[in-house]
Amino acid sequence: MKYYLLNVMQPVGERPAPEVLAGIEKNLDALNRELREAGAWVFAGGLHGPESSTVLRPRDGDVLITDGPYAEGKEMLGGISLIKAPDLDAALEWGRRLALATTLPIEVRPFMGEAGDHEAGA
Amino acid sequence: MTHPDVEAVFRAEYGRAVAVLVRTLGDIDLAEEAVQDAFTTALRRWPETGLPPSPAGWIITTARNRAVDRLRREAGRGERHAQAALLHAPDAPREEGPVRDERLRLVFTCCHPALAVQARVALTLRLLGGLTTAQIARAFLVPEPTMAQRLVRAKAKIRNAGIPYRVPRDADLPDRLTGVLAVVYLIFNQGYEGEAALCAEAVRLGRLLAELMPDEPEVAGLLALMLLVESRRGARQDENGELVPLPEQDRGLWDRDLIAEGQSLVRRCLRLGRPGPYQIQAAIQAVHSDAPRGRDTDWGQIRQLYDQLMAVAPSPVVALNRAVAVAETEGPARALDLVDALDLDGYHVLHAVRADLLRRLGRDTEAVREYERAVELSENPAERAYLERRRRELVRT
Repeated sequence: MKYYLLNVMQPVGERPAPEVLAGIEKNLDALNRELREAGAWVFAGGLHGPESSTVLRPRDGDVLITDGPYAEGKEMLGGISLIKAPDLDAALEWGRRLALATTLPIEVRPFMGEAGDHEAGA
Repeated sequence: MTHPDVEAVFRAEYGRAVAVLVRTLGDIDLAEEAVQDAFTTALRRWPETGLPPSPAGWIITTARNRAVDRLRREAGRGERHAQAALLHAPDAPREEGPVRDERLRLVFTCCHPALAVQARVALTLRLLGGLTTAQIARAFLVPEPTMAQRLVRAKAKIRNAGIPYRVPRDADLPDRLTGVLAVVYLIFNQGYEGEAALCAEAVRLGRLLAELMPDEPEVAGLLALMLLVESRRGARQDENGELVPLPEQDRGLWDRDLIAEGQSLVRRCLRLGRPGPYQIQAAIQAVHSDAPRGRDTDWGQIRQLYDQLMAVAPSPVVALNRAVAVAETEGPARALDLVDALDLDGYHVLHAVRADLLRRLGRDTEAVREYERAVELSENPAERAYLERRRRELVRT
């Protein structure tokens, strides 16, 4: 088993209408339920926009606090799903479902090592 | 490799051996190293002992023993990677039986859609074809270090992202198979323009797939298509290196064995009754192969097959080829209307076809301009020589 991070790639700026968002949320709830039942769910959540983010930068042995996005871009990290899957095909299948549920592109990134490596006491 | 027997076994069995070892060791790099080790040993031993009864079995058994020995030594030094791999490795060496499925797994891993297309092509040629990195780099006109890096990255992605080593489940098979066939056809087309060895390799891969998946008509269709196109290699260029178009080729130069094999595959596809794009393209080539002379070609049938191809896999390039058939069945004026409706400006074949149609319609000035445009856009010297001559003939008259 490996951990995979599913990143929801959200376009910067445009925000869907409330009724569209409600539909997406319903889809996501259903998908997360399925992930739990399959034993693949580890964690999932949506993120506030980059305007709410704070960056900490090491400088001369100290750390500088700045407001604002870490990087400007056309896309931002809209949310994540952390899942457990036997291989990439299984992870891609969940990623496919997440893309359909969110109507957004999904990046699938493997974590280093095996799933057991990250657990407490392993 | 210097010994011809070892070389022959290498070409024939490298993919099979790597496929088995990947399964045993769970790692492509380890498998490749082990198989290369075994061939190095064979190069030393076989000239004295002669070929073993089952060369492939000998290579696989030797490679496995070597790999397991090395893993034990490394595991003793506490290397986790080696310990993990040893978990998969069996203790007792055994002779190899049929290992068809192993190669099939390797095909689907090499052609996984999560890999870039160029990486799929390179991996397939390297792992299944046994081509060296230098050979692949030369065939695709990239520097060897670039190709080496492409292969290293692709193998790292397979390992790190957990791309599985297995045949896809039935639900995914049609999509994934389309991807595999596209890789093989891409290799073939690269060879069509450049190195003939690549076409031979693509045909070899096509035969392997047809053997591994005998019930998939598109696999047979692709193999038939490649065989029928390849059968004309000797007739495609004249002694001056100028392209000879299909209707004008000396059909005595066509390879009759390849044609017979291709046509028999096309007939088998027809019996299976599940047509697809490769099968239809193969059928079109089979109609060409049937004609004893260019003017005997059954263009009506070719036109119908293009109609069918447009229905299952429409594209502007297919529409252009269909227009060429229409020129024969309904005349160049009707074909020109079809060609002019296509959005393919900048594609050299479109301009070559337009030039030919305009010439046949007696619109010489426009035809000359189109030949010039086609020459400008074509990158193939044989084709350019042909188009140049056609243009000159029009200017002279």
